Amino acid sequence: MSTSMTPTDRISIETLRGSARRRRKESVVRGTLFSSAALSILISLAIVVVLTGDAISFLTNIDLGWLGADGWFPRSNDFGLPTIFAGTMVIVVIAIVVAVPVGLGSALYLSEYAKPRVRRKVKPVLETLAGIPSVVLGYFALKTINPALVQPLSGDAGPFTLAAAGIAVGILVVPLIASVAEDAMFAVPGALREGAYGIGARRRTVSTQVVFPAAVSGIVAAVILGISRAVGETMIVAIAAGATGGASFTVNPFSRGQTMTGAISSLAIGSDQVRGSGQAFNSLYLVGLLLFGMTLALNVVSERFVRRVRKAY
Amino acid sequence: MADAVATRATSATVEAVLRGRHADVRGRLFQAALLSMLLVAIAALVALLVTVLLGAWPVLSERGADFVNSNTSSIESRAGVRQGLIGSLILTAIVAVLAIPLGIAAAVYLQEYARDNRLNRLLTSNIRNLAGVPSIVWGILGLVVFVQAMRAFTGPGDGTPGRSYISGGLTLGVLIMPFVIIITMEALRAVPRGIREAAYGVGATRWEVTRSHVLPYAAPGMFTGAILSLARVFGETAPLLLVGAVTGFLSTGNAGVAETLQGPYTALPTQIFAWSKLPGDEWAANTNAAIVVLLGAILIVNFVAIILRNRYERKW
Repeated sequence: MSTSMTPTDRISIETLRGSARRRRKESVVRGTLFSSAALSILISLAIVVVLTGDAISFLTNIDLGWLGADGWFPRSNDFGLPTIFAGTMVIVVIAIVVAVPVGLGSALYLSEYAKPRVRRKVKPVLETLAGIPSVVLGYFALKTINPALVQPLSGDAGPFTLAAAGIAVGILVVPLIASVAEDAMFAVPGALREGAYGIGARRRTVSTQVVFPAAVSGIVAAVILGISRAVGETMIVAIAAGATGGASFTVNPFSRGQTMTGAISSLAIGSDQVRGSGQAFNSLYLVGLLLFGMTLALNVVSERFVRRVRKAY
Repeated sequence: MADAVATRATSATVEAVLRGRHADVRGRLFQAALLSMLLVAIAALVALLVTVLLGAWPVLSERGADFVNSNTSSIESRAGVRQGLIGSLILTAIVAVLAIPLGIAAAVYLQEYARDNRLNRLLTSNIRNLAGVPSIVWGILGLVVFVQAMRAFTGPGDGTPGRSYISGGLTLGVLIMPFVIIITMEALRAVPRGIREAAYGVGATRWEVTRSHVLPYAAPGMFTGAILSLARVFGETAPLLLVGAVTGFLSTGNAGVAETLQGPYTALPTQIFAWSKLPGDEWAANTNAAIVVLLGAILIVNFVAIILRNRYERKW
């Protein structure tokens, strides 16, 4: 049989490969898809180059002592980084105090207690909350949270407070923490739960002694992601924390204050007026670089924790 | 009958013995605490929606369609959201045309083509990190790259050079691309291996497998992801402050398409931000009404996306 075959009839690698046109198309598609993916590297490089380049040129143009000034008043060359860092920390602490119990509590309830029917109804509600734009939550903080929750607590609280902004940032972060933590709890194998129920454990014991410890990596990741999100949140602070322009150093949640993101946005809004006057506008590159570095570090750490969950189960 | 009663009594007795003599008070309290946390989250959403609707009622009931049809104005009773709404729609359209296809292409590469090597792992983790970059930092990137460096393309006119729909759309596009990639990759990952292998088995090339087999099965998930991304773009504010959305009065002449896209612009969320700073009850009502328009658009879109997902979600 093989003797009757001419060499061209024999099945070779060439015949299996198909037509040249088909192969050419394949490599063109592959190249296009790869360049789309590689674009992300270009974007990252652009961020790093833009921020570091402009931040360095800002630093070389100012007296470095200005960075330690006791307040953030860029128009009078007071670039007190401790002021806006402290403002950001106040916001983050309040947001986490609000979002961790609410987010983790909701996650544990949905994962361990709620019936499937309730779960299906409630999860879209949390997703809706996640879809609310931050500019809307900022206005809610200014007009509702501040007069209803913050001002009754302190006589000194004015119309703008860090506390109101922090609570709103907390509400913003709740769906994020709840969904990441719930995913982690859901991933805990049922056999672990059933083992505990089998030796007579109650639901509370199973939740706190079995599911929570087994999902702890994911829960930590959720909280870190929440912190990162709170650090980077801009509009709520810009609307409700009330420091357009500058602010003095404060860690009092009932006073107005400035955060890193708020500083960038208020420099941006006033950019046309400021541009001529000294280095005020360029300070936003330095603040942006610090912000980028902080959130990147938090995200990398949280990614580590998430990977640990994937490895475990 | 008597048997049933007896059984019930026995099982109740057994249960009582197993549970112990005391009711599980701590367990109940713990469950109530968890439930109350969930209710706090829901209450926050309800409180937000109710206060906004109540605050918006005077404007919406009196002016209704006129509010949606009016341009920006410094007079409370004449100001409307028409330009902001159109601006936001144009920005979202730019993002839909540019960023969604690029994001899907990148996700297809990473999920279907990429081997598990160093470069591709770097690409994936880089995209995850980009998704965590604060939106205001994207604004700085847009300001330097799109507004300043690419001025000749994004807005060569005088007045506000570089601060145009194109700059805004490009900035929001790079901001949302990592999300599109991540969501699309998840949708592709959910397609079972067997579907790919069946197609390879009959001699299809990788692209043929992807185009005719993987993408159609992943389409509902990808579509939902794209819609949710666009809804996020629609409400994004902070980066637009940096790439110069007009927050005050905006005059629109009879410009052509190219001039419009390269010209000054405003968006609904930036308009809300600007109005939130104005004093007086009338502006507060206007702000609430603008929020109702924004939330209405976003919530309807999200709702449609969730319905679509639940409808087409399948288990393999």
